[in-house]
Amino acid sequence: MASLAATFGRGAMTNGWVDIKNADVVLCMGGNPAENHPCGFKWAIEAKKTRGAKLVAVDPRFTRTAAVADLYAPLRSGTDVAFLLGLCRYAIENKRYHEDYVKLHTNAPFVVSEKFGFDDGVFTGLDAEKREYDKSSWAYEADPKTKAYALDETLENPRCVFQLLRKHVDRYTPEMVERICGTPKEQFLKVADVVTSTGTAARVGTIMYALGWTQHSIGVQIIRSAAILQLLLGNVGRPGGGVNALRGHSNIQGATDMGGNAEILPGYLRTPLAAQTTLAEYLDATTPKTLNGQPWPTMNYWQNTPKFMVSLLKAVWGGTATAQNEFGYQWLPKMDGPYSWAHMFDDMYRGSSKRAGADEPGPEGLISFGMNPVATGPNSGKMIAALAKLKWLVVVENSETETPAFWKAPKEYGTPDVSKIQTEVFLLPATLFAEKDGSFTNSARWAQWKWKAVEPPGQAKLDHEILARLFLAVRDLYKKEGGKLPEAVLNVSWAYGNPASPDLSDVLKEINGKALADLPDPKDKTKVLKAAGQQLDGFVQLAADGSTMCGNWIYSGCFTEAGNNTARRVAADPGGLGMFHNWGFSWPANRRVLYNRASADKDGNPWDATRVGIRWNGEKWVGDVPDMKPDARPGEFGAFIMLPEGVGRLFAAVLADGPFPEHYEAEEAPVDNALHAKVTSSPVAKVFKSDKDKLGKKEEFPVVCTTYRLTEHFHYWTKHNKRLNQVQPGFFFEVPEELAKEKGIANGQKIAVSSARGRIEGMALVTKRLRPLKVDGKQLWQIGFPIHWGFAVEGPHAGPLANFLTASVVDPNTFTPEFKTFLVKVEKV
Amino acid sequence: MAVNELEVRRSSASVLGFLGGARKLPTVSKYIDTSTCIGCKACEIACQEWNDLPEVATVQAGSYQTLPDLHAGYWNLIRFNEMEHGDTLVWLMRKDQCMHCEDPGCLEACPAPGAIVQYANGIVDVNPDKCIGCAYCASGCPFNVPKFAEKTGKMQKCTLCVDRSRVGLEPACVKSCPTGCLHFGTKDDMLSLAKGRVAQLKATGFAQAAVYDPPGVGGTAVVTVLAHGDHPEWYGLPKDPQVPLGVKLWKGFLRPLGFLAVLGAVVGAFGHHLYHGNKGHVDPGPRDPDETGTAA
Repeated sequence: MASLAATFGRGAMTNGWVDIKNADVVLCMGGNPAENHPCGFKWAIEAKKTRGAKLVAVDPRFTRTAAVADLYAPLRSGTDVAFLLGLCRYAIENKRYHEDYVKLHTNAPFVVSEKFGFDDGVFTGLDAEKREYDKSSWAYEADPKTKAYALDETLENPRCVFQLLRKHVDRYTPEMVERICGTPKEQFLKVADVVTSTGTAARVGTIMYALGWTQHSIGVQIIRSAAILQLLLGNVGRPGGGVNALRGHSNIQGATDMGGNAEILPGYLRTPLAAQTTLAEYLDATTPKTLNGQPWPTMNYWQNTPKFMVSLLKAVWGGTATAQNEFGYQWLPKMDGPYSWAHMFDDMYRGSSKRAGADEPGPEGLISFGMNPVATGPNSGKMIAALAKLKWLVVVENSETETPAFWKAPKEYGTPDVSKIQTEVFLLPATLFAEKDGSFTNSARWAQWKWKAVEPPGQAKLDHEILARLFLAVRDLYKKEGGKLPEAVLNVSWAYGNPASPDLSDVLKEINGKALADLPDPKDKTKVLKAAGQQLDGFVQLAADGSTMCGNWIYSGCFTEAGNNTARRVAADPGGLGMFHNWGFSWPANRRVLYNRASADKDGNPWDATRVGIRWNGEKWVGDVPDMKPDARPGEFGAFIMLPEGVGRLFAAVLADGPFPEHYEAEEAPVDNALHAKVTSSPVAKVFKSDKDKLGKKEEFPVVCTTYRLTEHFHYWTKHNKRLNQVQPGFFFEVPEELAKEKGIANGQKIAVSSARGRIEGMALVTKRLRPLKVDGKQLWQIGFPIHWGFAVEGPHAGPLANFLTASVVDPNTFTPEFKTFLVKVEKV
Repeated sequence: MAVNELEVRRSSASVLGFLGGARKLPTVSKYIDTSTCIGCKACEIACQEWNDLPEVATVQAGSYQTLPDLHAGYWNLIRFNEMEHGDTLVWLMRKDQCMHCEDPGCLEACPAPGAIVQYANGIVDVNPDKCIGCAYCASGCPFNVPKFAEKTGKMQKCTLCVDRSRVGLEPACVKSCPTGCLHFGTKDDMLSLAKGRVAQLKATGFAQAAVYDPPGVGGTAVVTVLAHGDHPEWYGLPKDPQVPLGVKLWKGFLRPLGFLAVLGAVVGAFGHHLYHGNKGHVDPGPRDPDETGTAA
């Protein structure tokens, strides 16, 4: 989601599931929604049936999505940037971009500093040793007189973003796309014609993607390429448009929103860094500045960061958080370096948490909640070896998974001898989703309350009860024995009716936020808008002075004085566009399509009168909940209110690996980079370097391999389910017919596939759906296999861990592993 | 049949043919659009769950398809077929189950009175109380649907969820379909839906798109949209299904003849009895239990 936040301002699917029905073109790439999101995919089918929409699938494999697509094009795994920048070039050179939109709603006219450059695969500012960019040259030019952004509305200045982009993508000709991606030129051109047909006011197209884009060492830049394409085509903010990240778990969006990553706090506030020693320093560093006012006015909504942060601190520490003690800022943990999940396991394995010069021992214990790192992490052998170094491991799960059972892993994973493993493992039985109340936030940012369907079995406890009881026990220990920084624990506000098992609707109320003092009405200060103790209506009421508390500002409005809005189930859709404003609650502010100001032109009239996002009625914006100050006349503010520029970013100077995307091969590259032989893979991808982190060379491992999921199973935890095992009974590799022929492999025969990390055996499913690709004149093979199996189940439904073969190479922005492209060799057993 | 049961329109091994007719019910129908089926198999699981069918043993043998064929305990199967069609690849998925023919070959072939019935709403069902497990129905079915269940010694197949459709609910498979490629309604409605979809497919590059509703069996209550309508065999469907000639002969000519022969025999026996009286009968003794239900 890092690239969507960098381009548009928020890290979330821009539109929503139902909205896909409004599209004229649906591009499925980097995802296989028919396979992995069958229920959401109905809206793509709906668009086909009701609008005659064209469904385009671009994928290394001919997938279930491709099976019902109007157009399919193959590409080599990991080359999506080249394909997408090829589409951008096609749109620009054939004048298929939406010019009015681009001028109005993107940073195309912004002039970039002369210090910025790109040469032979590298942007300015690279420290090749540290594998980091100094981003200071990736900057806008400021007008020397006004100190405002320098703009060229004609888009002709060679240093304006539009011209820089044009020059950057010029290398991605259809011929180059064919050379890199292996997509036959004619097929690429067919896709280009259909996709860029939406670069007009009358037409709109959407993109559906998932882990096929994120799980690469250049994952963020792949998504950036798509976001740039959609800005060029004027497809962002409009019903039927957008860049739609399809979240694979029912509540993964909610987990991210609530701060499920080390780098973020709830509501995408940044985790404080060790260098930010005071609240004032933190707020100064994380509140974006803008050259506001002239000539490009912007709401720069993150300027409210102090209100969000202080309200969050008040939610955590309640009455003990005061202006005098920086609202408890000193009790928050600070980061002295990256603490991503990949880094954590590397620390564990190496037995060292070296950060910012300080050498500390590795973690001694791990609490693993609702995840199965042995199966889901890259390089399973390293995961198992890392856990074997812990003193203790607590796993909270509804059944035994590979993680608590890591010490039972078969020998071939390099599992240490059991007598040498000292890790004490605790498996706490937890409830499954249907056994508890609470809310799910779906991919479309809709938080929907749900009710317990069945009682938990046996001794299974609610997750939050386990957390609460752990917290209370730790707090008791601090009370009795003291410890380092006891305030951080002792001062936590825990005002729940049942402290050992809080009612989740109380938690939701806390997330929504309430007034802690009487809040005056900004329009008439003599009146009280909210009395102390009342639930807030939304984040506009938050204050930075400690008079409000709010657990997650973006969810403010989910539980108001009117009640639990996530529990609303009114199936009325007056506009017919699938917005359903009285169904659940979608953050922010119950808005259904993000950036919807961009669905209208400079005067506030919709680009397409049949698909109105919002429109200006002369006094205010009407339609969807406007992504704009409701009474701000057209032209007062830019459409992308979360960005300091106020416009969508074709050029985004905030990511670790460049302001524009560039095609780099995977870290395990099957070929040299056709654009710049000296820089084959990303110069800044994070590559872990323990003795377990081996990388393969194309000479030894010539076949490109990718991993994926099947409709019939869910991640790693349905291999116990009898019905699902029946419809997909076991592990298999998918092997192209021609490769099978070359190797003498028959359908259903056993083969072995090995990478530099490991070797697994399984049955070959020989298929026409994977094809040999001609890449740069040479024939290249791709194979793939689904991930669902493991050793924590007995009998015929056990299978190898897919990630035994994958590498600990991660994207430098999100630290997401490169699961989708790695090198293997294939042998007959 | 009782008031709240479905009236039987036709019954196997009935000389009189049509039994019912007091009530006129529209034929219920299932619509399958293969061009928007994603082969997710939700219908397979829903079928088993609703009908309380236990799991069937399966192995991964080199295909996404759950089983090679329908099974006595597996009445709904997505058939996967990948093939090259000109220079484009297709991966066809079709939900296979009983087609509920208007002129059901199974019913015609069945020798056990009332073992296979066609209800007034067109559903073709096996009555396990009457089924003798001879599997003649399978030989009469041009779609190879009815399967013999070892455990019960009866023939089993999709009932079009007769227990659901009788009370106005769609079959479990239709209920579970996430993409809307399945619908349920009257045959007329489903045909008009199918014709609309075919027209759309024709307009978007599938010139041979067609509705599969084969006349050789009087049409089917399962209305299938095929993008490649000129090649139903690509989907595992017979091009022009017919009730086998042998079954037709049996039904149209031999069985009435047989009936007459039996009638003659009964009359003769009655006369014989009148003239010669009862001589007692011989107990044939217990049957070999293994023999039960394995007639076919």
